[in-house]
Amino acid sequence: MNRARRIRLQLFRGVTFVIMGAFFLVPIAGMFEFSTRGRGLNAPRTLEAWTSIVTYPDLVAAIVASLELALITSVGMLLLLVPTMIWVRLRLPELARTIEFICLLPLTIPAIVLVAGLVPIYKWIAINLVDSILTLAFAYLVLVLPYAYRTLYAGLSAIDVKTLSEAARSLGAGWPAVMWRIIVPNMSVALLNACLLSVAVVLGEYTIANLLNYVNVQVAIQLLGRANAGVSIAVAVASLLFAFLLLVVLSFVGRPRARVARAEG
Amino acid sequence: MTLAVDPSIKLETARRPLGGGRRLNADWLGAVPFLAYVGLFLLLPTAIVAIGAFVGPNGVTLANLTAMNQAYIVRSFINSVVLAAVSALVGAVFGAMLAYAVATGNPRSVLRRLVTSACGVLAQFGGVTLAFAFLATIGGAGLIRVWLLDRGIDIYANGEWLYQLRGLVLVYAYFQIPLMVLVFLPALDGIRPQWREATETLGGGTWHYWRYVAGPLLLPAFTGATLLLFANAFSAYATAAALINQGSIIASLLIANTLTSEVGLHNPGIASAEALVMVVIVAIVMVLYAQLQRRTAGWLR
Amino acid sequence: MHNTRLRRLHVLGLTAGAVMVLAACGGGPASSSSGGSPATAQSAADAGGLNALVTAAKKEGKLNVIALPPDWANYGAIISGFTAKYGIPIDSANPNGSSQDEVNAVQQLAGTSRAPDVLDVGMAVALANTNLFAPYKVTSWGDILDSQKEATGLWFQDYGGYMSIGYDSSKVPTITSIQDLLKPEFKGKVALNGDPTKANAALNGVMMASLANGGSLDDISKGVDFFHQLKQKGNFVPVQATTATVKNGSTPVVFDWDYLSAAHGTDVPTWKVFVPSNAILGGYYAQAINKQAPHPAAARLWMEYLYSDEGQNLWLKGLARPVRMDAMQKKGTLDKAAAAKLPPVNGKPVFLSADQATNAKNYLADHWAQAIG
Repeated sequence: MNRARRIRLQLFRGVTFVIMGAFFLVPIAGMFEFSTRGRGLNAPRTLEAWTSIVTYPDLVAAIVASLELALITSVGMLLLLVPTMIWVRLRLPELARTIEFICLLPLTIPAIVLVAGLVPIYKWIAINLVDSILTLAFAYLVLVLPYAYRTLYAGLSAIDVKTLSEAARSLGAGWPAVMWRIIVPNMSVALLNACLLSVAVVLGEYTIANLLNYVNVQVAIQLLGRANAGVSIAVAVASLLFAFLLLVVLSFVGRPRARVARAEG
Repeated sequence: MTLAVDPSIKLETARRPLGGGRRLNADWLGAVPFLAYVGLFLLLPTAIVAIGAFVGPNGVTLANLTAMNQAYIVRSFINSVVLAAVSALVGAVFGAMLAYAVATGNPRSVLRRLVTSACGVLAQFGGVTLAFAFLATIGGAGLIRVWLLDRGIDIYANGEWLYQLRGLVLVYAYFQIPLMVLVFLPALDGIRPQWREATETLGGGTWHYWRYVAGPLLLPAFTGATLLLFANAFSAYATAAALINQGSIIASLLIANTLTSEVGLHNPGIASAEALVMVVIVAIVMVLYAQLQRRTAGWLR
Repeated sequence: MHNTRLRRLHVLGLTAGAVMVLAACGGGPASSSSGGSPATAQSAADAGGLNALVTAAKKEGKLNVIALPPDWANYGAIISGFTAKYGIPIDSANPNGSSQDEVNAVQQLAGTSRAPDVLDVGMAVALANTNLFAPYKVTSWGDILDSQKEATGLWFQDYGGYMSIGYDSSKVPTITSIQDLLKPEFKGKVALNGDPTKANAALNGVMMASLANGGSLDDISKGVDFFHQLKQKGNFVPVQATTATVKNGSTPVVFDWDYLSAAHGTDVPTWKVFVPSNAILGGYYAQAINKQAPHPAAARLWMEYLYSDEGQNLWLKGLARPVRMDAMQKKGTLDKAAAAKLPPVNGKPVFLSADQATNAKNYLADHWAQAIG
């Protein structure tokens, strides 16, 4: 691409990042500022709210439970959605709209109403199978469907699945090989983003766990936050940072393909 | 004319279809795991809720649904639809811009990882804490508000817009934009430089490229993502509950109120009916979206 | 209690309780309850004495409570006090839940080990859901006025306070009457604790405003009009008041129960609580035991603890007025230092009856959204 366009592009990128960065970082800075306020009118700044977070015993158990749930949900989402979406795109296009609507449904029903519908099923599970917080994964898998579906859809629509799979099949590949060795590597960005979203959804989920009386990390944070105002905000910012660091680490797991698109003009 | 085939060459022909030629059977098997799972954990609960809409204190009744015709309920739904639509458009446009800024950079760069991770976290950030984050910065006693006030600029001179629907659009953008980035980025990554080169060899400029080549190709993913943002804003509850805790002005607040009111206005039948209306509204929006898709993407196949 | 007549009544009560348990056994919990008398007793004597109850509770090993935030009437200290005294850990779920959330949880989690054992609910919810409760009379049953308990022990009031206007004296001028709130110094500063069509505290807040503006317990319209005026002037802010919004100054004036309001004092030393002298509106909450509690003996022991002098004084420390306050004062077991810290109230308090509360909520359902929108 020519110089003028390159400069315009870099200018656009610079301005966008600066403005968006300010928009997203300033409120967090506001929260951090609040969490360091002392008590009383002219009290000095203090990190008391932050240091008291580590003294809360049940927080660790809740964090571990949420991390386990995030892992189970992400893996479950990949196993359930990816083969189905590829299959539907190739063989069952008439089912596409139905799947699209189904994958939008969890977002249209507010969580507190969805719980009312999930309760009979969860009661059966708790009484007959196992009463563990990890059973929340069933509900969480449903919750992440809208986000994961859209992300995977965008990834799938960017590659010509039909041609790739026909080429692979004509060379003798079976369906598992087509999916695993041909299509999935071309979707790595979408897969990674879908996982990131799933982990974030699970770590940020509060309503369903709360109404089913399970203690996941957000429920523990709410309980901790009742101690005092500074702690409630400090712990919220801390959980954001924690999730952010986790996702950054996760993003190194995906294999970044040498994007031909980077030369985009 | 017949083709002479060397019998020593093994030809791989298509295998005989299962089920005696009825392809439908074998292919549908592939969708069974997914359908079974969502059938149990999504469709069944939805059906339970839908049935609950028809159940009153004295058995089966249509009273819950006819009760939907009250002025304050209708108003709440209209507010919800308008808020969700505006929020979705704002999030989609700015999110697409940010996604484009990310996609045109080095795919292995630290910046990209940081931005996508941050978007992952912020896309799910909401509720009381998000509301407080805005209160702490531009609320009545917020840092920036006070700073501007000291310099003579009162951002609330024409009313406290943060505590109204307009304010909610700004607050919702905080999670809508990151969500758009994450969902739309894979589509942007699929843009090939060959498209640009092809456009140029045909004599087209930037405008032609976007209007006739990249735009239409990206449109399905873009509109799909916008639809997601719409549904996301439509059912969002906790953030609005923290900022506008009075009057149930949007549908999700209305439902929560009807389910958890402790002064005697608790009515699970009506709450189920309201939830059913929400599903119907999103279904209608989906139908419109499908029409749009069909018109714009028809030539792609 | 060695009176044979009382003993016969207790046997009758135990039999009635046993019959009820048998009747409820169809869908009862599959786990926990040992089936012995401490678990279905209607009083400590029924259970074979307090010690038998303690033993049974310890065997159950846990107590599930719900919607008890640690800064609400000093529940934090009460929960840790109970655990310290009896060695029974307490699982505190959904701290921000409303009374209706508690009832919803009882119904939705019935049969699981996570169902709430005990409830602390507003009067409207208590009266509407007596079919979910198990009758129990604490040892100090006689100290509670008849008007503050259900005759068979299905529910009994626990603590209460008066509706007040709490405010940060460093951000707004001193409040001496409710009309002060209409002044320009209060622009964008006045909040209610919740929506009155949803939250009990908010409904009482509007009722208190009505009383202070010439209304009555049967007429909440003056309160709705007052808040409408506040909204017109731009003084009303619809934000949900939390400790964070109070401290940060977004909601420096909050209508709330005096004991809840006083809790803000720990974060904001300049917090003051004002109860209008012409509108002393009191409200009590009520305790109840879940009929299908997964840990029934522990639930009954919890009640005994709450209504002991120790438990009542802990509520008093939370600046709530415990229901046995008058009786304890006569017996001299009241914590005088804590009692002295209660916000001063000059005059006779009034309480909403069930019918008046119903009328109020009907009026609000029809008029609140327009008034405040």
